Amino acid sequence: MSSETGKILTTDGIPLEESLKQAEKKNKIKAFLLVAPLLLFLIITYMIPIGDMFSRSIDDKMVTYMLPKTYKAMENWDGKELPSEEVFEAFYLDYKILVKNKTAGKLQTQLNYEKNGFKSVLKKLARKQKKFEEGNYKEQIMKVHKRWRNVEYWRAIKRRAPSYTYSKYLKGIDMYSNEDGKIVQVSEDRRIHRILWIRTVEVAFFVTLFCFLMAYPIAHLLATLPMKYSNLLMICVLLPFWTSLLVRTASWMILLQQQGIVNDFFVWTGLVADDNRPEMMYNKTGTYVAMTQILLPFMVLPLYSVMKTISPSLMRAGKSLGATPTVAFFKVYFPLTIPGIGAGCLLVFILAIGYYITPALVGGASGTLISNQIAYHMKSTLDWSFASAMGLMLLTGVLAIYWIYNKLVGVDNIKLG
Amino acid sequence: MALPKYTEPHYRIWHYFYLLICGCVFFFLIAPLFVIFPLSFNAEEFLVFSDGMKRLDPDAFSLRWYKDMIYGTKNPWGLAARNSFIIAIFATLGSIILGTLAALGLSSRHMPYKGLIMAILISPMIVPLIISGVAIFFFMAKVGLAATHLGIILAHIILGTPFVVITVTATLSGFDHSITRAASSLGSSPYNTFMKITLPLILPGVISGGLFAFVTSFDEVVVVLFLAGLDNTTIPIQMWTGLREQLSPTILAVATCLIILSVLILLTAELLRRRSERLRGINR
Repeated sequence: MSSETGKILTTDGIPLEESLKQAEKKNKIKAFLLVAPLLLFLIITYMIPIGDMFSRSIDDKMVTYMLPKTYKAMENWDGKELPSEEVFEAFYLDYKILVKNKTAGKLQTQLNYEKNGFKSVLKKLARKQKKFEEGNYKEQIMKVHKRWRNVEYWRAIKRRAPSYTYSKYLKGIDMYSNEDGKIVQVSEDRRIHRILWIRTVEVAFFVTLFCFLMAYPIAHLLATLPMKYSNLLMICVLLPFWTSLLVRTASWMILLQQQGIVNDFFVWTGLVADDNRPEMMYNKTGTYVAMTQILLPFMVLPLYSVMKTISPSLMRAGKSLGATPTVAFFKVYFPLTIPGIGAGCLLVFILAIGYYITPALVGGASGTLISNQIAYHMKSTLDWSFASAMGLMLLTGVLAIYWIYNKLVGVDNIKLG
Repeated sequence: MALPKYTEPHYRIWHYFYLLICGCVFFFLIAPLFVIFPLSFNAEEFLVFSDGMKRLDPDAFSLRWYKDMIYGTKNPWGLAARNSFIIAIFATLGSIILGTLAALGLSSRHMPYKGLIMAILISPMIVPLIISGVAIFFFMAKVGLAATHLGIILAHIILGTPFVVITVTATLSGFDHSITRAASSLGSSPYNTFMKITLPLILPGVISGGLFAFVTSFDEVVVVLFLAGLDNTTIPIQMWTGLREQLSPTILAVATCLIILSVLILLTAELLRRRSERLRGINR
């Protein structure tokens, strides 16, 4: 038996405290092991790829790897005057290999991004370099095209030396770093992305607002009606909720087309002339109407679940103490529904800001959002690093909203149905 | 909800106005779905109500688009439906298994870093789909699973598990852990305890989470657009292509079938919800 009588022992002779600690540790490991498969799965297939998007978005190794000797030779070049013979020679040797491997096209495209007109200069060099003689490459290269005497072109090459770049992010907000390395806006007629960002936020904001204005009365009605009626009306909310997004978008395409039912109705009421039917699809109107209807259930359900818990006697108490129904509503009922409003608005806003399918189908050119641009670069231009950069900018925005919401209201209030 | 007799006239008017607004909103929500139904029986090729349909002339209605959907030459719907069901079923199973296990672990009070882990587990629900699509595409392309069924199934498991985690965690929040302890003290193995005690009690939550996962997978188009090759086309992909190129009545026939499917899912979900409320002793 132990000599320390102060400690309580278990039947195995281990101090109770320690035994409890061990059991606790065991339970912790057990709980963690249950979560581990999903956690590991998500980290590998989801979290790391999102991180991978970041490294892709800043990756600029291609040019660096294509001109290794040039960049080594350029290290001591200050960029004020034309580089020395050494740089010209290194560039000639690098470029010769690229032409031989038939990868010079990539370099031409990349450098053309940096300086307009670089492509033709490089193409000409690719043809002429075969006849180059050994030595005095500076003279020979400059003879091929007079632009090689322009220091701007050499600076353009130098700018691509680092293997990382944040230019894609600048491009996402219509900025770029110019020849002097200063960050400036692109010319006015090419500022397309900023319009898209503003439009995305605008559409998300107004869709959230419309959803809120429409959802509040019906959530209130559903929460106050007797069960047998409210269950029936609830179907009107839940059926669209469970119905395929594409089906709902298709129905809006039918309704809003120029010969569609909504236009027929307007003509019938005499609001518009038959030969002057307004275009309601393939523009912002279509996006607003369809997105509001599609996202409305996401606003109704959280509001309903909060309103259901508010006792009707509170309103009666307010009225019996002399408040008019209006005052009782704004002083008693409305403040109690704020968690529901917050949850609904957050849900709808976050869903709306990343919406892709509906704007792509009913939005036309003036109704597309930032996600359409991301998809366009993923599928059409194949500029994946730019798509990644824009995706991450959008993600940052969403996470910021989520974080603010969490600080203000608390995420635990979100419920499903 | 009848108004009390003493209500003043202007509140009475306001009340009827409020009911009118509610009626309009309900109409706005549900009416678009009902447009599809009659038009899918249109005998003509146009997506508007023909004069014959307005007169309810039986000749103006036909099943030709349904026939086209099933027997049509080089029609993609058969393959798409098969792919959709295979992918959705396996994705649901995967989501249920991984999600339920994780929810069990998360609702244990011994779980360390609960908040952080929960945030990671439900992140696919918060991150906009287009970003998830890009990220998952990069991963699948790297490991060579792009344009395979397995790749799409894994992608849908990622998107579906948050729903299972949330619904099962919610079910477990009202779970009395002393009954599993009672089972263990009576000599039941952990596996037996889970199968005979825990699972039957949390089953409604598991199934309704599974329904969410199924619908998510069955209806998912953004991620599949990035991942799918020609052999993995699904119903949403076909609808997407159809809606972009030409809105044909065959799509409406498919849409009608999908609406019927969603009615069935809705009924199941409602029954489950009521059962779980009864079990948790919430009576309203």
